[in-house]
Amino acid sequence: MINYFIKNFDMFGTATLEHLWIVAVTLAISVLLSTVLSYALLRVKYLEDAAIQLFSAIYSIPSLALFALMIPVMGLGNMTAVVVLTLYNQFLLLRNILSGMNSVDKNLLEAATGMGMTNFQVVTRVQLPLAFPTIIAGIRLAIISTTGIATIAACINAGGLGTVLFSGMRTMNVYKIVWGTILCAVIVLIEDLLLKMVERKLRRGAC
Amino acid sequence: MTGGPLGKGENMNAVEFEHVKKQFPRMGYMALDDVNVQINEGEFVTILGSSGCGKTTFIKMINRLYKPDFGHIRLFGKDIQNSNPVLLRRKIGYVIQQVGLFPHMTVAENIATIPRILKWDKTKIENGIEEMLQLVSLDPKEFRDRYPAQLSGGQQQRVGLARALVANPPIMLLDEPFGAIDAINRENLQNEIKRIHAQSRKTYIFVTHDIREALKLGTKVIIMNKGHIIQYASPKEIINNPCDNFVIDLLKTLNIQNNYVIDGAGI
Ligand SMILES: Nc1ncnc2c1ncn2[C@@H]1O[C@H](COP(=O)(O)OP(=O)(O)OP(=O)(O)O)[C@@H](O)[C@H]1O
Ligand SMILES: [Mg+2]
Repeated sequence: MINYFIKNFDMFGTATLEHLWIVAVTLAISVLLSTVLSYALLRVKYLEDAAIQLFSAIYSIPSLALFALMIPVMGLGNMTAVVVLTLYNQFLLLRNILSGMNSVDKNLLEAATGMGMTNFQVVTRVQLPLAFPTIIAGIRLAIISTTGIATIAACINAGGLGTVLFSGMRTMNVYKIVWGTILCAVIVLIEDLLLKMVERKLRRGAC
Repeated sequence: MTGGPLGKGENMNAVEFEHVKKQFPRMGYMALDDVNVQINEGEFVTILGSSGCGKTTFIKMINRLYKPDFGHIRLFGKDIQNSNPVLLRRKIGYVIQQVGLFPHMTVAENIATIPRILKWDKTKIENGIEEMLQLVSLDPKEFRDRYPAQLSGGQQQRVGLARALVANPPIMLLDEPFGAIDAINRENLQNEIKRIHAQSRKTYIFVTHDIREALKLGTKVIIMNKGHIIQYASPKEIINNPCDNFVIDLLKTLNIQNNYVIDGAGI
Protein backbone atom coordinates (compact mmCIF):
# COMPACT_ATOMS: atom_id res chain seq x y z
CA MET A 1 0.00 0.00 0.00
CA ILE A 2 2.62 2.49 1.14
CA ASN A 3 5.02 1.04 -1.40
CA TYR A 4 2.55 1.65 -4.17
CA PHE A 5 2.25 5.28 -3.08
CA ILE A 6 6.04 5.75 -2.99
CA LYS A 7 6.55 4.02 -6.33
CA ASN A 8 3.90 6.21 -7.96
CA PHE A 9 4.71 9.34 -6.01
CA ASP A 10 5.08 11.40 -9.18
CA MET A 11 1.61 10.52 -10.41
CA PHE A 12 -0.02 11.18 -7.02
CA GLY A 13 2.00 14.34 -6.52
CA THR A 14 1.09 15.81 -9.89
CA ALA A 15 -2.58 14.92 -9.44
CA THR A 16 -2.65 16.49 -5.98
CA LEU A 17 -1.01 19.68 -7.18
CA GLU A 18 -3.39 19.91 -10.12
CA HIS A 19 -6.27 19.38 -7.75
CA LEU A 20 -5.02 22.02 -5.34
CA TRP A 21 -4.61 24.44 -8.22
CA ILE A 22 -8.21 23.96 -9.36
CA VAL A 23 -9.55 24.36 -5.82
CA ALA A 24 -7.41 27.39 -5.02
CA VAL A 25 -8.21 29.26 -8.23
CA THR A 26 -11.89 28.38 -7.91
CA LEU A 27 -12.04 29.57 -4.34
CA ALA A 28 -10.26 32.83 -5.06
CA ILE A 29 -12.59 33.65 -7.94
CA SER A 30 -15.66 32.40 -6.05
CA VAL A 31 -15.02 34.52 -2.98
CA LEU A 32 -14.31 37.57 -5.10
CA LEU A 33 -17.41 37.09 -7.23
CA SER A 34 -19.69 36.40 -4.27
CA THR A 35 -18.35 39.47 -2.48
CA VAL A 36 -19.18 41.67 -5.45
CA LEU A 37 -22.58 40.00 -5.91
CA SER A 38 -23.56 40.30 -2.27
CA TYR A 39 -22.41 43.91 -2.15
CA ALA A 40 -24.80 44.60 -5.01
CA LEU A 41 -27.60 42.44 -3.62
CA LEU A 42 -27.47 44.09 -0.19
CA ARG A 43 -28.18 47.34 -2.01
CA VAL A 44 -30.89 45.98 -4.28
CA LYS A 45 -32.73 43.96 -1.67
CA TYR A 46 -35.59 42.78 -3.83
CA LEU A 47 -33.23 40.80 -6.06
CA GLU A 48 -31.82 38.84 -3.13
CA ASP A 49 -34.35 36.03 -3.16
CA ALA A 50 -34.29 35.75 -6.93
CA ALA A 51 -30.50 35.47 -6.96
CA ILE A 52 -30.44 32.84 -4.22
CA GLN A 53 -33.10 30.85 -6.06
CA LEU A 54 -31.18 31.04 -9.32
CA PHE A 55 -27.96 29.80 -7.74
CA SER A 56 -29.72 27.10 -5.76
CA ALA A 57 -31.22 25.87 -9.04
CA ILE A 58 -27.74 25.77 -10.55
CA TYR A 59 -26.42 24.03 -7.45
CA SER A 60 -29.01 21.29 -7.87
CA ILE A 61 -27.83 20.37 -11.40
CA PRO A 62 -25.75 17.17 -11.18
CA SER A 63 -22.10 18.08 -11.70
CA LEU A 64 -21.54 15.54 -14.47
CA ALA A 65 -24.40 17.13 -16.42
CA LEU A 66 -23.17 20.68 -15.87
CA PHE A 67 -19.62 19.75 -16.96
CA ALA A 68 -21.05 18.13 -20.07
CA LEU A 69 -23.22 21.16 -20.77
CA MET A 70 -20.22 23.48 -20.59
CA ILE A 71 -18.10 21.52 -23.07
CA PRO A 72 -19.76 23.03 -26.18
CA VAL A 73 -19.38 26.49 -24.67
CA MET A 74 -15.87 26.37 -23.22
CA GLY A 75 -14.36 23.14 -24.44
CA LEU A 76 -12.41 20.71 -22.26
CA GLY A 77 -9.83 21.53 -19.62
CA ASN A 78 -9.38 22.91 -16.17
CA MET A 79 -10.68 26.41 -16.90
CA THR A 80 -14.07 24.93 -17.69
CA ALA A 81 -13.89 23.10 -14.38
CA VAL A 82 -13.08 26.35 -12.57
CA VAL A 83 -16.10 28.07 -14.12
CA VAL A 84 -18.49 25.27 -13.19
CA LEU A 85 -17.15 24.99 -9.66
CA THR A 86 -17.36 28.76 -9.22
CA LEU A 87 -20.99 28.64 -10.25
CA TYR A 88 -21.70 25.95 -7.67
CA ASN A 89 -19.96 27.90 -4.95
CA GLN A 90 -22.06 30.98 -5.47
CA PHE A 91 -25.01 29.32 -3.81
CA LEU A 92 -23.06 28.28 -0.72
CA LEU A 93 -21.21 31.58 -0.41
CA LEU A 94 -24.02 33.99 -1.24
CA ARG A 95 -26.48 32.27 1.03
CA ASN A 96 -24.11 32.51 3.98
CA ILE A 97 -22.84 36.01 3.29
CA LEU A 98 -26.34 37.42 2.87
CA SER A 99 -27.85 35.63 5.82
CA GLY A 100 -24.86 36.60 7.95
CA MET A 101 -25.10 40.25 6.99
CA ASN A 102 -28.89 40.37 7.28
CA SER A 103 -28.98 38.69 10.67
CA VAL A 104 -27.04 41.49 12.34
CA ASP A 105 -29.43 43.34 14.67
CA LYS A 106 -30.85 46.38 12.85
CA ASN A 107 -30.89 48.35 16.11
CA LEU A 108 -27.16 47.81 16.44
CA LEU A 109 -26.55 49.14 12.95
CA GLU A 110 -28.76 52.12 13.69
CA ALA A 111 -26.83 52.73 16.91
CA ALA A 112 -23.58 52.68 14.95
CA THR A 113 -24.97 55.16 12.45
CA GLY A 114 -26.38 57.31 15.23
CA MET A 115 -22.98 57.48 16.92
CA GLY A 116 -21.47 58.98 13.79
CA MET A 117 -20.10 56.12 11.71
CA THR A 118 -20.18 56.46 7.94
CA ASN A 119 -22.00 53.74 6.02
CA PHE A 120 -18.64 52.20 5.17
CA GLN A 121 -17.58 52.19 8.82
CA VAL A 122 -20.88 50.62 9.87
CA VAL A 123 -20.29 47.79 7.40
CA THR A 124 -16.59 47.22 8.08
CA ARG A 125 -16.56 47.78 11.85
CA VAL A 126 -19.88 46.33 12.90
CA GLN A 127 -21.78 44.39 10.26
CA LEU A 128 -18.92 42.40 8.70
CA PRO A 129 -17.24 41.37 11.95
CA LEU A 130 -20.57 40.17 13.32
CA ALA A 131 -21.39 38.28 10.10
CA PHE A 132 -17.86 36.89 9.96
CA PRO A 133 -18.46 33.45 11.54
CA THR A 134 -21.35 32.76 9.17
CA ILE A 135 -19.30 33.87 6.17
CA ILE A 136 -16.35 31.69 7.20
CA ALA A 137 -18.72 28.74 7.60
CA GLY A 138 -19.85 29.33 4.02
CA ILE A 139 -16.27 29.38 2.76
CA ARG A 140 -15.54 26.17 4.64
CA LEU A 141 -18.51 24.50 2.96
CA ALA A 142 -17.33 25.79 -0.40
CA ILE A 143 -13.86 24.31 0.16
CA ILE A 144 -15.25 20.88 0.95
CA SER A 145 -17.73 20.96 -1.89
CA THR A 146 -15.16 22.21 -4.43
CA THR A 147 -12.57 19.63 -3.45
CA GLY A 148 -15.16 16.86 -3.85
CA ILE A 149 -16.80 17.98 -7.06
CA ALA A 150 -13.41 18.80 -8.63
CA THR A 151 -12.75 15.03 -8.84
CA ILE A 152 -15.65 14.75 -11.29
CA ALA A 153 -13.96 17.40 -13.43
CA ALA A 154 -11.46 14.73 -14.51
CA CYS A 155 -14.09 13.65 -17.03
CA ILE A 156 -13.53 16.89 -18.95
CA ASN A 157 -9.75 16.53 -18.81
CA ALA A 158 -9.28 18.98 -15.99
CA GLY A 159 -6.70 16.75 -14.31
CA GLY A 160 -6.43 16.42 -10.55
CA LEU A 161 -7.17 13.53 -8.22
CA GLY A 162 -10.27 12.64 -10.22
CA THR A 163 -7.97 11.31 -12.93
CA VAL A 164 -6.43 8.90 -10.45
CA LEU A 165 -9.83 7.85 -9.12
CA PHE A 166 -11.38 7.30 -12.55
CA SER A 167 -8.37 5.35 -13.78
CA GLY A 168 -8.47 3.28 -10.61
CA MET A 169 -12.11 2.49 -11.25
CA ARG A 170 -11.48 1.56 -14.86
CA THR A 171 -8.60 -0.76 -14.07
CA MET A 172 -10.04 -2.03 -10.79
CA ASN A 173 -6.95 -0.70 -8.98
CA VAL A 174 -7.93 -0.41 -5.32
CA TYR A 175 -4.69 1.36 -4.39
CA LYS A 176 -5.43 4.23 -6.70
CA ILE A 177 -8.96 4.60 -5.39
CA VAL A 178 -7.95 4.48 -1.72
CA TRP A 179 -4.98 6.84 -2.11
CA GLY A 180 -7.00 9.22 -4.27
CA THR A 181 -9.64 9.40 -1.56
CA ILE A 182 -7.11 9.88 1.22
CA LEU A 183 -5.39 12.68 -0.68
CA CYS A 184 -8.76 14.42 -1.19
CA ALA A 185 -9.34 14.33 2.54
CA VAL A 186 -5.80 15.60 3.19
CA ILE A 187 -6.41 18.50 0.81
CA VAL A 188 -9.58 19.46 2.68
CA LEU A 189 -7.69 19.32 5.97
CA ILE A 190 -4.86 21.48 4.68
CA GLU A 191 -7.26 24.03 3.23
CA ASP A 192 -9.23 24.09 6.45
CA LEU A 193 -6.04 24.78 8.36
CA LEU A 194 -5.13 27.59 5.98
CA LEU A 195 -8.62 29.02 6.36
CA LYS A 196 -8.29 28.98 10.14
CA MET A 197 -5.05 30.89 9.90
CA VAL A 198 -6.57 33.49 7.60
CA GLU A 199 -9.57 33.71 9.93
CA ARG A 200 -7.39 34.37 12.95
CA LYS A 201 -5.38 37.02 11.09
CA LEU A 202 -8.49 38.80 9.89
CA ARG A 203 -10.10 38.68 13.31
CA ARG A 204 -7.04 40.20 14.91
CA GLY A 205 -6.89 42.85 12.20
CA ALA A 206 -10.53 43.78 12.69
CA CYS A 207 -10.32 44.68 16.37
CA MET B 1 -11.60 67.47 18.68
CA THR B 2 -13.16 69.35 21.53
CA GLY B 3 -16.86 69.34 22.19
CA GLY B 4 -17.63 72.97 21.62
CA PRO B 5 -21.08 73.98 20.46
CA LEU B 6 -22.04 73.06 16.94
CA GLY B 7 -22.23 76.63 15.73
CA LYS B 8 -21.61 80.17 16.83
CA GLY B 9 -24.04 82.56 18.42
CA GLU B 10 -24.94 84.00 21.79
CA ASN B 11 -28.04 83.06 23.74
CA MET B 12 -29.02 80.50 21.23
CA ASN B 13 -31.08 77.48 22.02
CA ALA B 14 -29.12 74.26 22.02
CA VAL B 15 -32.08 72.52 20.44
CA GLU B 16 -35.07 74.01 18.72
CA PHE B 17 -38.03 72.28 17.06
CA GLU B 18 -40.23 74.40 14.85
CA HIS B 19 -43.51 72.94 13.58
CA VAL B 20 -41.97 69.50 13.28
CA LYS B 21 -44.20 66.75 11.98
CA LYS B 22 -43.46 63.12 11.40
CA GLN B 23 -45.75 60.35 10.30
CA PHE B 24 -44.85 56.74 9.66
CA PRO B 25 -46.63 54.68 7.03
CA ARG B 26 -49.71 52.78 8.24
CA MET B 27 -50.05 54.81 11.43
CA GLY B 28 -53.36 56.31 12.52
CA TYR B 29 -51.86 59.37 14.21
CA MET B 30 -48.66 61.33 13.75
CA ALA B 31 -45.61 60.19 15.66
CA LEU B 32 -44.79 63.88 16.10
CA ASP B 33 -47.60 66.34 15.48
CA ASP B 34 -46.55 69.96 15.08
CA VAL B 35 -43.92 69.92 17.79
CA ASN B 36 -42.48 73.25 18.88
CA VAL B 37 -39.91 73.41 21.63
CA GLN B 38 -36.82 75.34 22.60
CA ILE B 39 -34.19 73.84 24.85
CA ASN B 40 -31.54 76.06 26.40
CA GLU B 41 -27.90 75.11 26.54
CA GLY B 42 -27.00 73.33 29.79
CA GLU B 43 -30.54 72.17 30.44
CA PHE B 44 -31.33 68.61 31.55
CA VAL B 45 -34.60 67.92 29.80
CA THR B 46 -36.49 64.75 30.62
CA ILE B 47 -39.16 63.47 28.25
CA LEU B 48 -42.05 61.62 29.79
CA GLY B 49 -44.93 59.87 28.11
CA SER B 50 -46.58 56.53 27.57
CA SER B 51 -45.35 53.92 25.13
CA GLY B 52 -45.66 54.92 21.49
CA CYS B 53 -46.16 58.64 22.15
CA GLY B 54 -43.13 59.62 20.06
CA LYS B 55 -40.28 59.97 22.55
CA THR B 56 -37.79 57.90 20.60
CA THR B 57 -38.91 59.57 17.39
CA PHE B 58 -38.19 62.96 18.97
CA ILE B 59 -34.67 61.83 19.89
CA LYS B 60 -33.92 60.28 16.52
CA MET B 61 -34.95 63.45 14.72
CA ILE B 62 -32.19 65.31 16.53
CA ASN B 63 -29.37 63.10 15.27
CA ARG B 64 -31.03 62.74 11.88
CA LEU B 65 -31.80 59.05 12.08
CA TYR B 66 -35.29 60.20 11.13
CA LYS B 67 -36.10 63.06 8.82
CA PRO B 68 -39.00 65.42 9.54
CA ASP B 69 -41.88 65.42 7.06
CA PHE B 70 -42.35 69.07 7.86
CA GLY B 71 -40.71 71.80 9.91
CA HIS B 72 -37.21 72.62 11.06
CA ILE B 73 -34.84 71.41 13.75
CA ARG B 74 -31.98 73.68 14.79
CA LEU B 75 -29.01 72.92 16.99
CA PHE B 76 -27.33 76.06 18.29
CA GLY B 77 -29.23 78.05 15.73
CA LYS B 78 -28.18 75.96 12.74
CA ASP B 79 -30.72 73.99 10.74
CA ILE B 80 -29.49 70.40 10.88
CA GLN B 81 -30.88 69.72 7.43
CA ASN B 82 -27.95 71.75 6.11
CA SER B 83 -25.23 69.92 8.00
CA ASN B 84 -23.38 66.74 7.22
CA PRO B 85 -25.26 64.03 9.17
CA VAL B 86 -22.13 62.02 10.02
CA LEU B 87 -20.23 65.02 11.40
CA LEU B 88 -23.37 66.18 13.22
CA ARG B 89 -23.77 62.81 14.95
CA ARG B 90 -20.16 62.79 16.12
CA LYS B 91 -20.97 65.83 18.23
CA ILE B 92 -24.04 64.25 19.78
CA GLY B 93 -23.75 61.57 22.44
CA TYR B 94 -26.34 58.85 21.90
CA VAL B 95 -27.48 56.14 24.29
CA ILE B 96 -30.06 53.96 22.55
CA GLN B 97 -33.06 52.35 24.14
CA GLN B 98 -31.73 48.78 23.81
CA VAL B 99 -28.20 49.59 25.09
CA GLY B 100 -26.65 48.73 21.70
CA LEU B 101 -23.13 47.80 22.79
CA PHE B 102 -21.20 46.09 20.01
CA PRO B 103 -21.02 42.44 21.07
CA HIS B 104 -17.77 41.72 19.21
CA MET B 105 -15.89 44.50 21.00
CA THR B 106 -14.66 44.65 24.57
CA VAL B 107 -15.83 47.34 26.95
CA ALA B 108 -12.70 49.36 26.16
CA GLU B 109 -13.17 48.98 22.42
CA ASN B 110 -16.80 49.98 22.68
CA ILE B 111 -15.89 53.15 24.52
CA ALA B 112 -13.07 53.83 22.06
CA THR B 113 -15.37 53.65 19.03
CA ILE B 114 -15.84 57.37 18.52
CA PRO B 115 -12.34 58.39 19.67
CA ARG B 116 -10.87 55.98 17.09
CA ILE B 117 -13.06 57.40 14.36
CA LEU B 118 -11.95 60.86 15.41
CA LYS B 119 -8.34 59.57 15.23
CA TRP B 120 -7.34 60.44 18.77
CA ASP B 121 -3.84 59.29 19.68
CA LYS B 122 -3.37 56.16 21.74
CA THR B 123 -2.69 57.72 25.12
CA LYS B 124 -5.63 60.07 24.81
CA ILE B 125 -7.91 57.10 24.01
CA GLU B 126 -6.53 55.07 26.92
CA ASN B 127 -7.02 57.97 29.30
CA GLY B 128 -10.52 58.51 27.99
CA ILE B 129 -11.48 54.88 28.58
CA GLU B 130 -10.04 54.95 32.09
CA GLU B 131 -11.73 58.22 32.96
CA MET B 132 -15.13 57.20 31.58
CA LEU B 133 -15.15 53.85 33.38
CA GLN B 134 -14.37 55.60 36.64
CA LEU B 135 -17.06 58.15 35.93
CA VAL B 136 -19.72 55.43 35.65
CA SER B 137 -18.26 53.57 38.66
CA LEU B 138 -16.86 50.53 36.90
CA ASP B 139 -13.36 49.46 37.93
CA PRO B 140 -11.27 49.78 34.74
CA LYS B 141 -8.98 46.90 35.72
CA GLU B 142 -11.88 44.56 36.16
CA PHE B 143 -14.12 45.62 33.30
CA ARG B 144 -12.18 47.07 30.39
CA ASP B 145 -11.40 43.78 28.66
CA ARG B 146 -14.76 42.12 29.18
CA TYR B 147 -17.24 41.58 26.40
CA PRO B 148 -20.78 42.94 26.74
CA ALA B 149 -22.14 39.40 27.15
CA GLN B 150 -20.07 39.15 30.35
CA LEU B 151 -21.80 42.14 31.94
CA SER B 152 -25.07 42.48 33.80
CA GLY B 153 -27.81 44.60 32.24
CA GLY B 154 -27.01 47.50 34.53
CA GLN B 155 -23.28 47.32 33.82
CA GLN B 156 -24.02 47.30 30.09
CA GLN B 157 -26.07 50.45 30.46
CA ARG B 158 -23.21 52.09 32.32
CA VAL B 159 -20.84 51.22 29.50
CA GLY B 160 -23.36 52.56 27.00
CA LEU B 161 -23.36 55.80 28.95
CA ALA B 162 -19.54 55.90 29.07
CA ARG B 163 -19.36 55.31 25.32
CA ALA B 164 -21.69 58.20 24.63
CA LEU B 165 -19.90 60.56 27.02
CA VAL B 166 -16.29 59.93 26.08
CA ALA B 167 -15.97 62.57 23.36
CA ASN B 168 -17.61 65.13 25.66
CA PRO B 169 -20.35 66.07 23.17
CA PRO B 170 -22.27 69.32 23.64
CA ILE B 171 -25.56 67.45 23.34
CA MET B 172 -26.44 64.10 24.92
CA LEU B 173 -29.42 62.04 23.83
CA LEU B 174 -30.38 59.33 26.30
CA ASP B 175 -33.25 57.05 25.35
CA GLU B 176 -34.37 55.24 28.50
CA PRO B 177 -30.79 54.60 29.53
CA PHE B 178 -31.80 53.01 32.83
CA GLY B 179 -34.66 50.96 31.42
CA ALA B 180 -33.73 47.51 32.69
CA ILE B 181 -32.24 48.33 36.06
CA ASP B 182 -33.44 47.51 39.54
CA ALA B 183 -34.57 50.28 41.87
CA ILE B 184 -31.40 50.59 43.94
CA ASN B 185 -28.94 50.62 41.04
CA ARG B 186 -31.26 52.93 39.19
CA GLU B 187 -31.15 55.36 42.06
CA ASN B 188 -27.35 55.25 42.04
CA LEU B 189 -27.16 55.78 38.30
CA GLN B 190 -29.62 58.65 38.53
CA ASN B 191 -27.42 60.36 41.07
CA GLU B 192 -24.37 59.74 38.95
CA ILE B 193 -25.84 61.13 35.77
CA LYS B 194 -27.09 64.15 37.65
CA ARG B 195 -23.59 64.73 38.98
CA ILE B 196 -22.02 64.20 35.54
CA HIS B 197 -24.41 66.68 34.00
CA ALA B 198 -23.84 69.25 36.71
CA GLN B 199 -20.08 69.06 36.13
CA SER B 200 -20.31 69.29 32.37
CA ARG B 201 -23.06 71.87 31.85
CA LYS B 202 -23.85 70.20 28.54
CA THR B 203 -27.38 69.82 27.20
CA TYR B 204 -29.00 66.52 28.11
CA ILE B 205 -32.20 65.09 26.66
CA PHE B 206 -33.34 62.08 28.61
CA VAL B 207 -36.31 59.84 27.80
CA THR B 208 -38.03 57.90 30.54
CA HIS B 209 -41.26 56.08 31.36
CA ASP B 210 -40.83 56.78 35.03
CA ILE B 211 -42.43 59.97 36.32
CA ARG B 212 -40.33 60.01 39.48
CA GLU B 213 -37.17 59.77 37.40
CA ALA B 214 -38.40 62.53 35.09
CA LEU B 215 -39.16 64.91 37.94
CA LYS B 216 -36.02 64.07 39.88
CA LEU B 217 -33.53 64.50 37.06
CA GLY B 218 -35.05 67.15 34.85
CA THR B 219 -34.37 70.84 35.10
CA LYS B 220 -37.24 70.87 32.62
CA VAL B 221 -39.73 68.16 31.77
CA ILE B 222 -41.46 67.51 28.46
CA ILE B 223 -44.72 65.61 28.77
CA MET B 224 -45.83 63.95 25.57
CA ASN B 225 -49.00 62.25 24.47
CA LYS B 226 -49.73 60.84 21.02
CA GLY B 227 -47.16 62.92 19.19
CA HIS B 228 -48.00 66.18 21.00
CA ILE B 229 -46.04 68.01 23.64
CA ILE B 230 -48.63 68.56 26.35
CA GLN B 231 -46.49 70.51 28.76
CA TYR B 232 -42.92 71.74 28.85
CA ALA B 233 -41.97 73.22 32.19
CA SER B 234 -39.83 72.80 35.29
CA PRO B 235 -40.72 69.87 37.58
CA LYS B 236 -42.03 72.30 40.20
CA GLU B 237 -44.29 74.02 37.72
CA ILE B 238 -45.62 70.70 36.48
CA ILE B 239 -46.53 69.58 39.98
CA ASN B 240 -48.07 72.93 40.91
CA ASN B 241 -49.75 73.74 37.62
CA PRO B 242 -50.46 70.61 35.63
CA CYS B 243 -51.85 71.98 32.39
CA ASP B 244 -54.42 69.33 31.56
CA ASN B 245 -56.05 66.07 32.61
CA PHE B 246 -53.39 63.91 31.07
CA VAL B 247 -50.74 65.50 33.27
CA ILE B 248 -53.01 65.34 36.31
CA ASP B 249 -53.54 61.63 35.71
CA LEU B 250 -49.78 61.15 35.43
CA LEU B 251 -49.26 62.95 38.72
CA LYS B 252 -51.88 60.74 40.35
CA THR B 253 -49.79 57.69 39.47
CA LEU B 254 -46.91 59.41 41.24
CA ASN B 255 -48.94 59.69 44.43
CA ILE B 256 -49.92 56.07 44.21
CA GLN B 257 -46.27 55.14 43.73
CA ASN B 258 -45.26 57.26 46.68
CA ASN B 259 -47.92 55.77 48.93
CA TYR B 260 -46.88 52.36 47.83
CA VAL B 261 -43.28 53.07 48.70
CA ILE B 262 -44.24 54.45 52.09
CA ASP B 263 -46.58 51.55 52.82
CA GLY B 264 -43.95 49.11 51.69
CA ALA B 265 -41.36 50.63 53.98
CA GLY B 266 -43.72 50.35 56.90
CA ILE B 267 -44.07 46.60 56.67
N1 LIG C 1 -39.24 53.21 12.05
C1 LIG C 1 -40.57 53.24 12.26
N2 LIG C 1 -41.42 52.79 11.31
C2 LIG C 1 -42.76 52.82 11.51
N3 LIG C 1 -43.34 53.27 12.62
C3 LIG C 1 -42.56 53.74 13.60
C4 LIG C 1 -41.13 53.74 13.48
N4 LIG C 1 -40.61 54.26 14.61
C5 LIG C 1 -41.65 54.56 15.40
N5 LIG C 1 -42.82 54.25 14.81
C6 LIG C 1 -44.17 54.48 15.37
O1 LIG C 1 -44.23 55.81 15.83
C7 LIG C 1 -44.88 55.88 17.09
C8 LIG C 1 -43.97 56.53 18.09
O2 LIG C 1 -42.87 55.64 18.31
P1 LIG C 1 -41.70 55.96 19.31
O3 LIG C 1 -40.69 54.89 19.14
O4 LIG C 1 -41.24 57.34 19.12
O5 LIG C 1 -42.43 55.79 20.70
P2 LIG C 1 -41.84 55.92 22.17
O6 LIG C 1 -42.54 57.06 22.80
O7 LIG C 1 -40.37 55.96 22.13
O8 LIG C 1 -42.35 54.58 22.83
P3 LIG C 1 -41.61 53.64 23.91
O9 LIG C 1 -41.81 54.28 25.22
O10 LIG C 1 -42.37 52.36 23.80
O11 LIG C 1 -40.19 53.50 23.50
C9 LIG C 1 -45.28 54.46 17.45
O12 LIG C 1 -46.63 54.28 17.15
C10 LIG C 1 -44.41 53.60 16.57
O13 LIG C 1 -45.09 52.42 16.21
MG1 LIG D 1 -38.86 54.66 22.72
